[in-house]
Amino acid sequence: MHSSRITPYLYVAPLVALLLFVFGYPLVRIFEFSFKMVRGIDGPWIGFRNYELVLTQSLFWESVLHNIYLLLAVPFMVGWSLIISVILYERLKGWRLYRIVLFLPYILAIPIIAVIVKKMFQFNGPVNEVLRWIGFDFLALDWIGSSDVALWTVMLLIIWRESALGIILFLARLLSLDESLIESAKIEGANWWQRLWFVIVPQMKIVIEFYIVVSVITILSAVFAYVFVIGGGRGGPGTSTMVVEFYIFNALIRSSLPGIASAVSVMLFLVSLLLIVPLFAIRRRANEEEVR
Amino acid sequence: MAALARPRPDQALKHAILIAATLIALAPTIFMILTSLKTSEEYTFNKVGPPENPVLEHFHTVLFDSGFIGWMVNSTILVVGAVALSTVVSCLGAYAIARMKFAGRGMLFAVSTALMAVPPVVMIVPLFVLYTQLSLISTYQGAILIYAGLITPFSVYLLTSFFRTLPQEIFESARIDGAGDLLILWKIVLPLSLPPLLTLVVVNALYVWNDLLIAIIFLQDDAKRTLMAGINVFQGRYGDQIPLTMAGMVFASAPMIILYVAFQRYFIQGLMAGSIK
Repeated sequence: MHSSRITPYLYVAPLVALLLFVFGYPLVRIFEFSFKMVRGIDGPWIGFRNYELVLTQSLFWESVLHNIYLLLAVPFMVGWSLIISVILYERLKGWRLYRIVLFLPYILAIPIIAVIVKKMFQFNGPVNEVLRWIGFDFLALDWIGSSDVALWTVMLLIIWRESALGIILFLARLLSLDESLIESAKIEGANWWQRLWFVIVPQMKIVIEFYIVVSVITILSAVFAYVFVIGGGRGGPGTSTMVVEFYIFNALIRSSLPGIASAVSVMLFLVSLLLIVPLFAIRRRANEEEVR
Repeated sequence: MAALARPRPDQALKHAILIAATLIALAPTIFMILTSLKTSEEYTFNKVGPPENPVLEHFHTVLFDSGFIGWMVNSTILVVGAVALSTVVSCLGAYAIARMKFAGRGMLFAVSTALMAVPPVVMIVPLFVLYTQLSLISTYQGAILIYAGLITPFSVYLLTSFFRTLPQEIFESARIDGAGDLLILWKIVLPLSLPPLLTLVVVNALYVWNDLLIAIIFLQDDAKRTLMAGINVFQGRYGDQIPLTMAGMVFASAPMIILYVAFQRYFIQGLMAGSIK
């Protein structure tokens, strides 16, 4: 018992050490590096020069713009997940099997699925072949090889995969709903769309908000694997699939400019901090809802 | 008779939507499997249909003439190392946060939880520079440390939340029996925590196994390449031999698909809980 005052600290010491090493140290150093001209492992202070260089470079703004374009996927992900989860909630025959299959896209690793999709969407690939069969020749685009289309192909892939999470999250919330409300709406003659819009969606507000925030975080900061494979490791064709993460990767690994990479990392970190606030506010409300 | 056999029209529409959604979800997997069984010649004229004369030659090439086995071994080493390290560290930490009183407890939990939303790419620059300095690039221990760190905030969050739900009485009676904290954690808390622990292992293993970003930056050596980084090399090398490429993808995705079918409850629960990453 004599050691009880230091015992808790012994228990958390490994945790604190690990977090300091993997998060604490880098988060301090990106700020420091972003004000230095780093060559190799260190370099002289140069004030805001790195930021000036980045912010006046069109490639950086193009990358930011691509992340913003990809955010257009979010409404489609929400809409699709909502429709599918509500239909699953009606527990049609075989709904459990549907659920297992519909979550599969989220299990497959992004690099694997990106390779498959890249081959499927080749100009002479099976997708275009099917589109031509059914008379949709105008849709048989050069999905991967054209710099006008490649980013939209990435977006389709993101919608395809990330919607699987939405379906499962929404369905879990639906299954915990009080069914008597829906039943009484039915008895009062509300049709399917009215029940969806006035009874079900209002009760799913929090989980929908949560999914939106998580998706925004994903699209701004976790699409590296998608663009790395689809863009052939270069953000290509041309620079058409460059995103912010890839810009950091290129600056660090290809151009060996840790200072530039750090300046962009700092900006991305500050954006992610802005998103943490709504994320945790929603999380807390979601938890309260579950307790009730 | 017709009325008896046919479901109501809106039911039929809902089934049609679900079937369409299922087909879309499965299409890449079906394409991958069918194509992997075709010869390169057949693929040039039969891109969509099932193979006319299924061949297994591509799997032979994948198994014996490519680096797949080695990449899988590397990925497995990283998964086991990172998940084991993170689980031990998180169990100790979460037990203290949930069950002991000490200064800075709330702060530690809040900071650790907030770290879940920090993008991994933000951490790579200083770690890369440091690892270059310490010659830790392309070492298992270096990558394991980073992976373990990245998955730990979620582990602490999940375990702390769970440990807090355990009834106070079991701790008190164990303490009266003279059990110390480590013994309580090992003999009482962990056996009660098997479901969240399994969930955690599934989510974290999937994260490490599927990661590409850390793998290509910190494991550049051919001999240390992970499966995800290897796939990218493989598709670059055999890019025009699509059936062979697909055989590689079948081989690479098989372990996770098999585990998912076997343990789908834990996958679904775990990935929902860990949806931040």
